[in-house]
Amino acid sequence: MNRPKLIRREDLEGYAFIAPWLIGFLLLTAGPMLASVLISFTSWSMLSPPTWVGLKNYEVILSDDPLVPTSLWNTAYYVLFSVPLGLLLSLALAMLLDRRLRGMSVFRTLFFLPSITNMVAVSVLWIWIFNPEYGLINAALEKVGIVGPMWLQSETWSKPALVIMSLWGIGGTMIIFLAALQGIPDELYEAADLDGASSWRRFFHITLPMISPAMFFNLVIGIIGSFQVFTQAFVMTGSVQPGSEGGPNNSTLFFVLYLYKKAFQEFRMGYASALAWVLFLVILFFTIIQMKLSKRWVFYEAGESR
Amino acid sequence: MNQRAGLSRLKAIGRFVGWYGVLIALGIVFAIPFLWMFSVSLHDLAGVFADPFRWVPEELRWSNYVDAVSLLPFGRYLTNTVVITVCVLIGTVLSSSLVAYGFSRLRFRGRDKLFALCIATMMLPGQVTMIPLYIGFSKLGWVDTFLPLIVPAFFGSPFYIFLLRQFFLTIPREYDEAARLDGAGKLRIYWSIILPLSRPALATVALFAFLGTWNDFFNPLIYLNSPENATLTLGLNMMKSQVMGTGVTQWHLLMAASLLVMIPNIVLFFVAQKHFMKGIQVGGLKG
Repeated sequence: MNRPKLIRREDLEGYAFIAPWLIGFLLLTAGPMLASVLISFTSWSMLSPPTWVGLKNYEVILSDDPLVPTSLWNTAYYVLFSVPLGLLLSLALAMLLDRRLRGMSVFRTLFFLPSITNMVAVSVLWIWIFNPEYGLINAALEKVGIVGPMWLQSETWSKPALVIMSLWGIGGTMIIFLAALQGIPDELYEAADLDGASSWRRFFHITLPMISPAMFFNLVIGIIGSFQVFTQAFVMTGSVQPGSEGGPNNSTLFFVLYLYKKAFQEFRMGYASALAWVLFLVILFFTIIQMKLSKRWVFYEAGESR
Repeated sequence: MNQRAGLSRLKAIGRFVGWYGVLIALGIVFAIPFLWMFSVSLHDLAGVFADPFRWVPEELRWSNYVDAVSLLPFGRYLTNTVVITVCVLIGTVLSSSLVAYGFSRLRFRGRDKLFALCIATMMLPGQVTMIPLYIGFSKLGWVDTFLPLIVPAFFGSPFYIFLLRQFFLTIPREYDEAARLDGAGKLRIYWSIILPLSRPALATVALFAFLGTWNDFFNPLIYLNSPENATLTLGLNMMKSQVMGTGVTQWHLLMAASLLVMIPNIVLFFVAQKHFMKGIQVGGLKG
């Protein structure tokens, strides 16, 4: 006669403990995701009720809005330069720090600090660093006889300026590389020395394969983060007039900045939601590609459970 | 023989010096923006635009810091930021640890699938949910209050849940068993066994939650409209717009304010350096 109970006491207890996340997932993630899809099929200013427009927002994004390709290109440019350069520099710094020498912790702190400081404060500082006349960079260039560019006020140099600034904030990436480097067993290098391997061979045949999981992590996180670049561009570019962010001539109008302007300056919620889904698909695409490619170059030690 | 030994010794010293040389050069490059900001913040306006720029001003104008924070009600912004941050810290630590306890210590149907789902949501870019959340919070009448910034923290955050679960798994189950034999329930074990043993991990979570909230710009920007509700980051941005919009920009004051906004992070780093490194490494290597 005893029917198995559908929900056991143990289950209930478990659900009770994870309830905060479960409720949060439904109300703050799953629900809004669904709503976002629906909103993206509407035209909605929040002042009047939304009107259903079907796929029109997506059609406009794909063929009718010149600022979409502009902002995608700006973002791609930023990702394409800031991520690889950041990885190279942070790996180089980590390798420099991976020595048991005096004073390493001082340098580690120095390289790491910019990455945890407030981005708005950092942005204000770098506006002044990039000042064409009085800024630190052009003053340094002048010393070696080069007339520096207009940086943030130049269509050509505004994106490189933001890439250069991003290199100041690679501390987190560096720490992850450093931990990976310190996890490489000394015996591997000793064996290589016995074989008379050159420094280059050691680097390419031991160091790189051993840190490839960290490289993969930094690459994925770096690309996702760079695709969402916003604060620097918002604070540093354009004149002080609201709405001018992303200048000059839209050269720093990154995708998320454009999305922000559509949503919170123009209150075009439907269109902005469609933009968000485009961003989601772009990021998903690159993440999946990297997952697939990673099988060829990311090396996991045997016995590590993954 | 002796000569060769001397030569290789010389080579080793050369390498050693070269190593430090490169490190010091790079260290200077990384430090210069901070030093420059500090120097500019102590000049008067004429000194800021002087050519050549003097790194050590003739007169150190510490009063710039007072002038900078009296330009806008920064005391108010500080209070707002502290209120929001403290609430977020409490919410994050409590909810994430509770959920992490459930995922690491209890057995229930669908647990592993739900945990995978929890981890998967980390990958979702915030922009996808941001607009419906904004609309939802505005329907609740929460726009221009601190609630949209605080309340979500009480529903756990996947990254911190993950981090704490990893840590809880390393705590031997014998402790739980002993407490259970003494008649402690699950909630009691969580509160008086697991949490006290997890102080380092909780500190790491609190640290990251602090930085995330203290440095946050985007959420205050969209949710806090009236100037008196602004946070420090928002206030600094308003000051930037105000100062840069009037004739000659008073860079010494902007630099002073920026430096003040940076200081809590820097101080916190020195106080809690170990937790920082641990957190980043656990997040990076096991994630």
